[in-house]
Amino acid sequence: MTATAAVPATPSTFLPEYRDYGRAEAFSMPVKDIDVSNAYWFQNDTACHFFERLRRDDPVHFSDNARYGPFWSVTKYKDIMQVDTNHGIYSSDWTQGGIALMNLPMDQRLQMFIAMDQPKHDVQRKAVSPIVAPGNLATMEATIRARTCTVLDNLPRDETFNWVEKVSIELTTMMLATLFDFPMEDRKLLTWWSDVATSVPELDGLVESQEARQAELGKMLVYFTKLWNQRVNAPPANDLVSMLAHNPATRNMGPLEYMGNLVLLIVGGNDTTRNSMSGGILAMSKFPEEWAKLRANPKLIDSMVPEIIRWQTPLPMMRRTALQDTELGGKQIKKGDKVVMWYYSGNRDEEVIQRPNDFIIDRARPREHLSFGFGIHRCVGNRLAEMQLKILWEEILKRFEKIEVMGEPKRLLSNFVRGISHLPVRLPS
Amino acid sequence: MPQVTFIEFNGTAHTVAAENGLSLMRAAIDNNVPGIDADCGGNCACATCHVYVSPEWQGKTGAQADMEIAMLDFAAETKPNSRLACQINMTDALNGLVVTMPDGQH
Repeated sequence: MTATAAVPATPSTFLPEYRDYGRAEAFSMPVKDIDVSNAYWFQNDTACHFFERLRRDDPVHFSDNARYGPFWSVTKYKDIMQVDTNHGIYSSDWTQGGIALMNLPMDQRLQMFIAMDQPKHDVQRKAVSPIVAPGNLATMEATIRARTCTVLDNLPRDETFNWVEKVSIELTTMMLATLFDFPMEDRKLLTWWSDVATSVPELDGLVESQEARQAELGKMLVYFTKLWNQRVNAPPANDLVSMLAHNPATRNMGPLEYMGNLVLLIVGGNDTTRNSMSGGILAMSKFPEEWAKLRANPKLIDSMVPEIIRWQTPLPMMRRTALQDTELGGKQIKKGDKVVMWYYSGNRDEEVIQRPNDFIIDRARPREHLSFGFGIHRCVGNRLAEMQLKILWEEILKRFEKIEVMGEPKRLLSNFVRGISHLPVRLPS
Repeated sequence: MPQVTFIEFNGTAHTVAAENGLSLMRAAIDNNVPGIDADCGGNCACATCHVYVSPEWQGKTGAQADMEIAMLDFAAETKPNSRLACQINMTDALNGLVVTMPDGQH
């Protein structure tokens, strides 16, 4: 979300239980009262304490939230893996409620392949996955590197600026424009639509209401329909719109399905990498010995990139709906129950990851994190994201001896995107 | 211990000793064979230990299970002899096994 988003001054209208809790409260309040969907705990970065408490005392935890209704929170790595790999029991389908906490009215639910079960999920996903296949990544590398160099070379020296705006948003938005073959001069629209798509109007005030949100997404659909009409009448090309327009599995999609998949591809390529680009800078400033390690041995970039993605966990959760009665971590899950996998918590699970709160760039098996999800809905763009981060850090190392973080980051008021909207940094000359 | 040979996409061969009872993926990871990512640690939950089993060995390495089929469905460049190395259990019967790798794990 952009820094210009109007955040309501008084948050209590949305989440009455809101207080600026910290670690002491997390470990002293009755466990039954813990509701980790509280977006304010993500904004003030205290959610980690509540997850640590749940992992210790109630790893598969029931909450009944005024807004979202009852739901289960799954907080341990292994339990999350069990949910994510049993897609026959735990549905992602939008008709069941989809992948977000909130059950929107049927006509407002996004019809996108991440929120579909087999078999439709499979054929739609395969329509777009070639764009991020290894061979295609190799052809994109030079473009990504050239842009990264330009962005870094134009950064101001000896003055404080917002890394999120000047680097993270700029690089990820240009990447998206390339993937869609979207007019580069209009690319800021992609950032806007991504922010709108993940916004909760009553909470973050980015747009006025759900209706206003739908209206903005409608404008996105109009713009992209123009692109569709151009591409469908041209020979198949190597961009996402052309792939959707020509693939038998997607070429007859209705407008709502086209819109849903656009949101998926825009958010999937935007919020995630953007926040890993910002989170990596923050991590380095909090763990300066890792920066020294990296400068001494630049090859550590390969293990650092997945560690950044684990440490940041840009998408902290995904929701499922039980299609049958089942058992999970000793709890009885009933058919129809909402089950939330907290990837952010699984990525801090001390039983699986040593010193999980620390950023350590030379971990033995850094790739075994949950940030991309596992199973059939695993992030399709994971290798592209990693390549973007790898190139960014290679070029940072060539240019800057030090990146100084000048103040605390501003974080999003969101339980769906663990994001940073403002990160003041300074590059000493 | 059975010997297995991993052949990278660029043709480089790595012959390593595999431990009986562990997966073919573990033999690659434990011996630092490049080209196998194994993001999920052997849970059949990604498709980043994708290998091609030489045809003469296909009968001995077994068949793909449902979840493996589902995951391989999303891998790039799959072929009829595609397998996830984490789903092949090493035994002495696989001594001499040869597998090749795709140009990237995805």
